[in-house]
Amino acid sequence: MTASALINVPAKARRGDTIEIRTMMSHIMETGYRRTAAGDIVPRNIITSFACRYNGREIFRADLFPAIAANPFFSFFTVATESGKFEFEWVGDNGFSETASASITVE
Amino acid sequence: MTPARAIAIVILLLAAIPLRGAEIPTAARRSGYSFMTPDSKAMQDDDTANPGMLWVLDGKALWEQKLGAADKSCADCHGDARSSMKGVAARYPAFDSALRGPVDLEQRINLCRTRHQQATALGSESHDLLALTAFVANQSRGMPIAAGRDPQLEPFIARGRALFMQRQGQLNLACANCHDDNWDKHLAGSPITQGQPTGYPLYRLEWQSLGSLQRRLRGCMIGIRAQAYDFGAPELVELELYLMSRAQGMPLETPAVRP
Repeated sequence: MTASALINVPAKARRGDTIEIRTMMSHIMETGYRRTAAGDIVPRNIITSFACRYNGREIFRADLFPAIAANPFFSFFTVATESGKFEFEWVGDNGFSETASASITVE
Repeated sequence: MTPARAIAIVILLLAAIPLRGAEIPTAARRSGYSFMTPDSKAMQDDDTANPGMLWVLDGKALWEQKLGAADKSCADCHGDARSSMKGVAARYPAFDSALRGPVDLEQRINLCRTRHQQATALGSESHDLLALTAFVANQSRGMPIAAGRDPQLEPFIARGRALFMQRQGQLNLACANCHDDNWDKHLAGSPITQGQPTGYPLYRLEWQSLGSLQRRLRGCMIGIRAQAYDFGAPELVELELYLMSRAQGMPLETPAVRP
């Protein structure tokens, strides 16, 4: 099953408006500190970084750590300057790499 | 007093209270939603913040996936889930004539897989089974629960009710001791709630995952230090059936969020 993401970007905004962007990525965020019933460490498996680009320019970046809950949710704000595309990227352990995008029309 | 001792005393006090046998009047029924903080309510209400929607999305993809020896997808028989599955989850657990007993929604999906898709059954609490169940149940969101109306289910509802009223485990508590008699009180800071199963499968923050009603019931049984029934055990399905019939008329919330 491929990972799925929930993205919320307003479809339309007025130039200069402050807009909220919300994203959620499905991921177990296994801390690496837990043990199985047999006493073996459950290997760490987390998302390590998240980034958002607005028409190619990075506007938000976050590093993630083991204490962050499963299915990380981000909410952040930016100023709508021009129509175009938001691109989101999640990178993590075991080669985890997912992207998503959303379009906005700025009038 | 240490918290552990305080909890032990509360539990002993609860165990000492005789069963009032007072079932909750229809007008006084409350979803677990109404006991939550504004933050948790907001998380459930917003489809882009409700983590349960991740499973619903995956279930939508699985609905279209052809599999098994029959090489059929759910959609090949049932078509568009938005119309064919509307109201279905509100009627489950339902009577299966071949098994001569109630089956819950997860079991129905697995029966469909083995009988019609000629595929293997999905494991209890597996991601795909939860995803398909959440997707199907989501089609009934907002509809009133209508489970247990089939007269063939009567003996099974009665057995589920008897189990709900039965004291069990080392703490010698029945479900009803908390969820009928003391739902307006707190246990170790958390509201007890009425145990209305309005939003399953639901995303529990404690689990950091979606989970079924059976998982929740097993958690409660372990909490009262009783031997939990295995997933899929008839006793658990009867308990699910009683709880759903007890919640008749309450709106379905799947996928709900709970602390």
